[in-house]
Amino acid sequence: MTDTDARSFRNAAALKRLKGRRAADARFKFYGRLAIVVALAALAMLLVSVGTQAFSAATHHVVRYDIELDPARIAPDGASAPEDISRNVEGFYGLARDSLLETFPEANTIPAQRLLLAKTLTRLAVLPAAREVAARPELIGNAYTLTAPLNHDLDLFLKGRGAGEMRVEIGSIAAAKADADGEVTLTGPDAFKAVVTRLASLRAEMGPAADTLSVLVTSGRSTGRLSDITANTARLDLLTGDAADFEQSRPAGRIFRLAESERNVSDQQIAWVLALKDLGRVSRVANTGLLTQTDSTYPELAGGLAAIVGSLLTMLITAFVAVPIGVLAAVYLEEFAPKNRVTDLIEVNINNLAAVPSIVFGLLGAALFLNFLDMPRSAPLVGGLVLALLTFPVVIIASRAALKAVPPSIRAGALAVGASKMQIVFHHVVPLAAPGILTGAILGMARALGETAPLLLIGMVAFVGDVPRSPLDESTVLPVQIFSWSNNAERAWEPMTAALIVILLVLLLLMNSLVVFLRSKFERRW
Amino acid sequence: MDGTQQAGGPDVLGDGQPGDAGTTLGFPRIDCRNVNVYYGETRAIHDVSMTFPDRAVTALIGPSGCGKSTFLRCLNRMNDTIDSCRVEGEILMDGDNINDRDVDPVLLRSRVGMVFQKPNPFPKSIFDNIAYGPRIHGFANGREDLDNIVEKSLRRAGLWDEVKDRLSAPGTSLSGGQQQRLCIARAIAVSPEVILMDEPCSALDPVATARIEELIDELRKRYCIVIVTHSMQQAARVSQRTAFFHLGNLVEMGDTDQIFTNPREKRTEDYITGRYG
Repeated sequence: MTDTDARSFRNAAALKRLKGRRAADARFKFYGRLAIVVALAALAMLLVSVGTQAFSAATHHVVRYDIELDPARIAPDGASAPEDISRNVEGFYGLARDSLLETFPEANTIPAQRLLLAKTLTRLAVLPAAREVAARPELIGNAYTLTAPLNHDLDLFLKGRGAGEMRVEIGSIAAAKADADGEVTLTGPDAFKAVVTRLASLRAEMGPAADTLSVLVTSGRSTGRLSDITANTARLDLLTGDAADFEQSRPAGRIFRLAESERNVSDQQIAWVLALKDLGRVSRVANTGLLTQTDSTYPELAGGLAAIVGSLLTMLITAFVAVPIGVLAAVYLEEFAPKNRVTDLIEVNINNLAAVPSIVFGLLGAALFLNFLDMPRSAPLVGGLVLALLTFPVVIIASRAALKAVPPSIRAGALAVGASKMQIVFHHVVPLAAPGILTGAILGMARALGETAPLLLIGMVAFVGDVPRSPLDESTVLPVQIFSWSNNAERAWEPMTAALIVILLVLLLLMNSLVVFLRSKFERRW
Repeated sequence: MDGTQQAGGPDVLGDGQPGDAGTTLGFPRIDCRNVNVYYGETRAIHDVSMTFPDRAVTALIGPSGCGKSTFLRCLNRMNDTIDSCRVEGEILMDGDNINDRDVDPVLLRSRVGMVFQKPNPFPKSIFDNIAYGPRIHGFANGREDLDNIVEKSLRRAGLWDEVKDRLSAPGTSLSGGQQQRLCIARAIAVSPEVILMDEPCSALDPVATARIEELIDELRKRYCIVIVTHSMQQAARVSQRTAFFHLGNLVEMGDTDQIFTNPREKRTEDYITGRYG
């Protein structure tokens, strides 16, 4: 009786066991899904944070300067050879500066001019124009539109960052009257009601510090700072333009959550750039400099070209060194080497080599290539060799796995029709293992492309202003450039760094796509 | 019965004299004398002496692990690829011991072809599967010659009509039975004198098996064939000579009819009748 009970499908113990098993199943599935969700969330966070930052660096603001290419300033003292012109930064900068000062006659003192120029036009930003004119001398003497990137602080401001800018609505201004002292008062029924309300809430939030916040009003190209604000009246300190512009207007209002002393851009500079914008001289364009410029001290002029070329040269060296060594070693070990203690030892050591921290290879490279072999510092040649040391164990391991995966029946078949060992290996085994070998090689290279630490030790961290032309030139690589930029203080480097990271990720993605493509194209069934 | 005369006793005198092979069988193509095979310290084959007549099928039968495959692989030195394996004794072909140091195993394998248990076409086109052997041995003068060899080999393997329109299709796209015939054609393409078959039908269905057996019967007219099989019926159907192996020893060897109808050894009889442990 008990015996049959115990063997019945529906006895209590069996049902309980079943329930327990199902619960364990469900729990395990839940944990698995949770793990995937966590992993995906981490990836999504990375992509979103880097992506949004990089997106802001993908465009930047440029300012137009309509200048006359006066030969006396472009080619002073008859220095009209193209190379002289392309190097005449001072001449072009002078012309652009004059155009800017002409626009803002109120900047009539040296400090005011410095204030204007420092945050608008970077001296070196005229270089592309100088090069263009050098290449086309017929432009000299004619009108010319010089376009130069806006200083990075004002660029960030125009992108809505760095000043805590808040828009407030301003009602219709009835009159802008100047009193005897020349102080202008704006009046309008309830014109500043929204400003008063907003300031009150900011005071509640920030305390007395709120009283120092700037309130700017802009009408057309004129901008001024407000003080003594009541619902109907406010005093205007004109920063640029003409007080008359405010008569019968509805100006745009801005409150800045950061006090002027805490910002990189002053009210005056903001007023000027808003005026330039109103004049249609500021436009937001794609930041092609990211791909065409080299490193610079000024974020608005910096680009990753030198690092990209440096990375490609370094990868080239790595590929030419690591892949042949790795593949040949793998073929020998897998197909020809006797299986004994020595080869076991070699295998263990290759596996260990793949796990050695990369900075150790950097030290080795510095000692061996730089000190002992006296190779040039900071060169892609040395970087490539160091990365090759790092990569080839990975290539060996991947290639051996690919060679091992070729079924013995293929070897036996070839052997039986009278193929020699070499013919078996090179006619059958290696071609069949090629997709796997290539995959390993490319993944190894992808790892090398992202390496930073060993390259720091061989001096590839230096500032490189020129695109390297050969593997012996001074150079840097993308990850190291990212590292250097992330150490810079200015806020504008943050999005620039993110943009460079995106470029690196795109390169890695391309390499991985190549792997997938090669696999699907060449992988064969047997 | 026109087979070699068998002496009594536990051993076999299959190593008979060349002229003694009888009317239907050719002269001995391979002559094995006191062959011993060791895997490390283990002796896998004990003093086997036997001959393989030309233009005949010799079947090697015996329970699993009796050494018949090992012995078969000695005949084209496939055991060379196993590090621990050592072959002693003489295996004579044209009077030369194939295990001599100055015998080129590559040449030997072109004269002694092999077909394996599982069809193992190269992952290349049907054409390239057949053409590979002639190419590496330099047998073909030009493309036309190669085309002829491929066609002839496929015809002999009974596969030509099925694949002539898709020679560029991958060999692996054929059915199992076709793949095995492709492997036979690949072996034939280098004009071997001997074809070794290691359980060639064990991975095939009965229909494909029947086709391979017909083919073996056809090929017998030109080649010396040695086949290892687990199927008693197959051995009875396709072979003229049968050798029974047990625990590394050659227990009995004789004409197939005689082995299956009138075995001299008790062990042979037990095995053939299925009474074997």
